[in-house]
Amino acid sequence: MRLVIPNPGLDQRIPTYEDIERMEKEEAGDRPKWDNKAQYILTCVGFCIGIGNVWRFPYLCQSHGGGAFLIPYLILLVLEGMPLLLLEFGIGQRLRKGSVGVWRAINPYLTGVGIASMLVSLLIGLYYNTLIAWIMWYLFNSFQNPLPWTQCPLNDNATGFVSECQRSSTVDYYFYRVTLNSSTSIDDSGGIHWPIVLCLLSAWTVIFICYIRGISTSGKAVYVTAILPYIVLAIFLIRGLTLKGAMNGVKFLFTPDVDELINPSTWLDAGAQVFYAFSLAWGGLISFSSYNPVHNNCMQDAVILSVITGLTSIYAATVTYTIIGFRATDRYDSCISDNIVTLSNAFDLPEDSITASNYEAALNHYNTSDPTTVLGLDFKICDMQKLLSEGVEGTGLAFIVFTEAITKMPGSPIWSVLFFVMLLCLGLSTLFGNIEGVVVPLRDLNVLPKKWPQEAVTGVTCFVAFIICLLFAQNSGVYWVTLFDNFAGSVPLLTIGLSEMIAIVYIYGIDRFNEDLKFMIGHKPSIFWQVSWRFISPLIVLVILVFYLVTQAQKKLTYLVWDPDSENFPTMASVPYPSWINAVVFLLAGIPSLAVPLYALCRLVFVYCGGLCIYINASS
Amino acid sequence: MLGKIFFLLCLSSAWAEDLCSKAVPPEAYYVRLSIKTALGDKAYVWNDNEMFLFQATLAFAMRSQFSGQEYNVSNIVVCDETPRVSFWFVVTSLEDPSRLVSRGDVEQAVRKSRNRINSAFLLTDQTLEFIGITPTLAAPVAPNTPPWLIVFGVVMGAVFAGILVLLVLPLIQKKRKKNQPMEDEDSDEETQVKTAENGPERSGVYNMSFSDDDKFTQM
Repeated sequence: MRLVIPNPGLDQRIPTYEDIERMEKEEAGDRPKWDNKAQYILTCVGFCIGIGNVWRFPYLCQSHGGGAFLIPYLILLVLEGMPLLLLEFGIGQRLRKGSVGVWRAINPYLTGVGIASMLVSLLIGLYYNTLIAWIMWYLFNSFQNPLPWTQCPLNDNATGFVSECQRSSTVDYYFYRVTLNSSTSIDDSGGIHWPIVLCLLSAWTVIFICYIRGISTSGKAVYVTAILPYIVLAIFLIRGLTLKGAMNGVKFLFTPDVDELINPSTWLDAGAQVFYAFSLAWGGLISFSSYNPVHNNCMQDAVILSVITGLTSIYAATVTYTIIGFRATDRYDSCISDNIVTLSNAFDLPEDSITASNYEAALNHYNTSDPTTVLGLDFKICDMQKLLSEGVEGTGLAFIVFTEAITKMPGSPIWSVLFFVMLLCLGLSTLFGNIEGVVVPLRDLNVLPKKWPQEAVTGVTCFVAFIICLLFAQNSGVYWVTLFDNFAGSVPLLTIGLSEMIAIVYIYGIDRFNEDLKFMIGHKPSIFWQVSWRFISPLIVLVILVFYLVTQAQKKLTYLVWDPDSENFPTMASVPYPSWINAVVFLLAGIPSLAVPLYALCRLVFVYCGGLCIYINASS
Repeated sequence: MLGKIFFLLCLSSAWAEDLCSKAVPPEAYYVRLSIKTALGDKAYVWNDNEMFLFQATLAFAMRSQFSGQEYNVSNIVVCDETPRVSFWFVVTSLEDPSRLVSRGDVEQAVRKSRNRINSAFLLTDQTLEFIGITPTLAAPVAPNTPPWLIVFGVVMGAVFAGILVLLVLPLIQKKRKKNQPMEDEDSDEETQVKTAENGPERSGVYNMSFSDDDKFTQM
């Protein structure tokens, strides 16, 4: 296909092959470099493997047909994820600039794409670091025995527990009341909760020290943050498999339901997950690959990264579901024994006369012989499937389901520390890529003075971000985090990803890109890459974006609140958003997406007006 | 004397049997024991001796609550024992065996000595239940300094120390580098002076070009 939009002046804006070779030989230029290839690969792996692999992918896998979900996931990994990865790696390595620099070099009107990437990285970084702060809070609190979320505080006359804790559970109470002190709606800000402020401070200072000199410090930190999660996952896998009921969870996860493959939302969710999992369109990957030597084999890197991400997702999902299976089995067993106790107390039967195996028979016997008494008894419904599928996504998984499961394991503080250290490392390594995607564009756009050292730039960015994050330290902070999670990352990323593909394939020129890759790695990319770059990947991303917009427009904006006074407490109540949320949603999702055309428009107007002024001056 | 005591005992046991056949009086408390749940393999068998121990501990509880009043095993009447190991009991008053001690008094006595009653049977508040008497719960363990503040302090201290080191170290290195070329120039001049002084005994001529080269490579 020869469809290329005319792009005059491109050759003057980008370095030629000779320029790059010369720069590489002389080691001139102040651009940072990777110490070795392992550092680069580990940084990219850390960036791609994040908390979402632990708490988003397993939920999607289980709810969309278990083992059958792997089919759309792996297909879309290859058709959508890998080509986009190679695109970002290739363009960064060729043009040797961060995200804003790359798009500005391709065409100054496209700088909006870089600005959009920076805004999205900033917004995501804000709420992501709040999650890290919550993880740190739990980590700090894991160094005691018994763990603080095993106990409810007593009420005033010490005859029972606090009502909120009694009606829900100790882990729910600890998360929503002790950790967050959550209010009942997003309107009600309720003041700042100072433990969260301290945790936010520690989260931002840790990021600051890890990224203080850019990749020369973060490159050392990734040796720990990228490798440690794998080790901890292995420890949890071994421990998990020895727990009772673990195989129930694993079976539940992987039992294939082939009918789900016909459901379009399965494919859409798989595509969206691949897109977000690879941290595409954040700008960080372009930056990272621009520090590579010019002849680095980026095609190999893209394939390796895709394989690692796919395998890690499956690995993490298995580990997660052994723990979920253990917790569900434990809850089911205690539910059954509670019912047995109720029955034997009512009929004054000796203690071990009814066991789990003959419970049903005994219940039927008494139902027929004395139905009135049986009806009056308060039996609980013990449903294993329901227990396996409740609360297994997002913050609910980490802070409620997992913390509860950990309290039931012997030696709980150690497991708690290990688990939260793993989540911390997963989150930190993603944040390195995130902050790279914010700091480097800030330098390219000359927002901060050029002569400021890297330490000052990082410091100012972290400090300003910390101040903005105080929004999440309010009592309504959890609702803000959910809002950001739903809107800041979804539509803008898809829009930027689509713009990137169109920009490189049709404005930079796919032929020129093929030549670049041939120069860098020695051979032209095969027909698979050509077809996927030109048609398949943009089509997939476009379809996902359209369907997402359509479903979002049809849904009413509601959110879940923790309200002890609501009817169905402890289930969270679904409450509509207040009307001013629409403005916030527009700020979060609309501004970054619209930055792409807006910048081009502003520049057009500016250039046109400027040209007109010069013309008027010249002619008058 | 002995005859009177014997007569009273017969009367009280007859009265007790009489009490059990009637409906459950309002002063009664229902008790439930879950021995197998509490002790598992080490569970003991519930028999009349254990029941006697129960009556004795309850009499002890009444005595310690109402000092001076000497309650006896015969004052604790137990009825409707089931295989579940549950029963109800009442406490007859000392003066008049036909009167029963009020619920409130019995509750106070049980609450006061609950721990002793539990330990006599190796049970807990949950496995030795007095239906209607809610146990006073133990307060959750709460250390004086929250441990999380300690860990937070350690982490922040380490991080700030690291930041200081990373910021100050390059400044020190820069200063050291600035001083080093100056020192090397001084030492060169010294050797030159020395060799000049040792002139007559020297074998060769001091070649200036080598020292010049050294200066350039240092930069």
